[in-house]
Amino acid sequence: MVTVDLYPNEVYNLISEIPDPEIPVITIKDLGILRGVRVEDGVYTVTITPTYTACPAMGMISDQIKEILGSHGVTNVEVELTYKPAWTTDWLTQEAKLKLKKYGIAPPNHSSCSKLFSTAEIVSCPRCNSKHTSLISRFGSTACKALYKCDDCKETFDAFKCH
Amino acid sequence: MTTKDATYTYTIRLGDDALILGHRLSELCSRGPILEEDLALTNVALDMIGRAQALLKYAADIEGKGKTDDDIAYRRAEINYYNHLLIEQPNADFAHTIARQLFVSVFEFLFYTELEKSRDETLAAIASKTIKEIKYHMQHAIDWTLRLGDGTSESHNRMQTAVNDLWMYTGELFEMDEVDAQLMRDGIAVDLIPIKAQWHNDIKTVLSKATLLMPEDTYMQTGSKKGIHTENLGHILSEMQYLQRAYPDAVW
Repeated sequence: MVTVDLYPNEVYNLISEIPDPEIPVITIKDLGILRGVRVEDGVYTVTITPTYTACPAMGMISDQIKEILGSHGVTNVEVELTYKPAWTTDWLTQEAKLKLKKYGIAPPNHSSCSKLFSTAEIVSCPRCNSKHTSLISRFGSTACKALYKCDDCKETFDAFKCH
Repeated sequence: MTTKDATYTYTIRLGDDALILGHRLSELCSRGPILEEDLALTNVALDMIGRAQALLKYAADIEGKGKTDDDIAYRRAEINYYNHLLIEQPNADFAHTIARQLFVSVFEFLFYTELEKSRDETLAAIASKTIKEIKYHMQHAIDWTLRLGDGTSESHNRMQTAVNDLWMYTGELFEMDEVDAQLMRDGIAVDLIPIKAQWHNDIKTVLSKATLLMPEDTYMQTGSKKGIHTENLGHILSEMQYLQRAYPDAVW
């Protein structure tokens, strides 16, 4: 077996472009899932955090990290899951939000929504930019999305939930 | 009782609420009243299973006997489960499902907001993660309570019946025993007395906005802290544990 010595930031760069399995236009770095890499006694520990507690993509992301690093000769890798600090959509980069919109998913606004009765949040249609949209369902095709429809262009679309 | 033992029991209790409700809601997969609700209720179920996994894994770590979260989830007898009685109540009609979600999610919102301040770092971290998900569960339950309560006479009556039927299981949410007392001294557990008052207040606000009547306090069921359950839990477990009983040690 070939062992390779890389700096943690080099390891980070190798895996930062892994696409999110459910929304492949954005990377795990864009999403804020990839939290960091550290090296101790020759073992690289990659820390990731789930978007939602039960995010089913965690296993796949973890496998991909090991696979990519393995193909670069880095085999002593551990992937660690952390809940703290809790993931928030505020970590999404501006670039990631633009990519989401282009993909047809309305990006999240801000992360607070904690009142007993919610005031309707204004979500812009990712296709025609209209602000005349209505919520169809708070829960969508994946844990991180809600379902909206545009009252102007009449298209239904996914919106990234504020979290 | 040591802090470690108490924390183990406390964590199992929280984990069991999430595990059993997750299973209960997953029964609605492909059986939701409409497609959007099918997605919503199973999304909530998924959040619950994620929370159960985190909590039961932590319980296994505390115990330190090399068990996994799956061992704890699937290999106990009914009397060793500590979920609240409200959690295990059947889905029945949609009104009952929503009334249960309303009572549970308003309670969890208040509870986990406090647990975020726990001196136990793992519980606090899980709380800060799960509270974001609970907000969605609560909004969903409140939306439907308003829609059904203030809907047709049929939906109103069904919702009122569901609220009345489940009321006797709500008192137990606020019970505290020696485990809570010990951990409150350690700054780990949540004091349920102020939460009870706030919960009553919030539920009253929601019900009245939904044109529903707040039930009067009658006899309150109890028992889950000692592992005494309604007949419903046994039925859930017989299905949930089937695979592990039929094929011990089966893995994915």
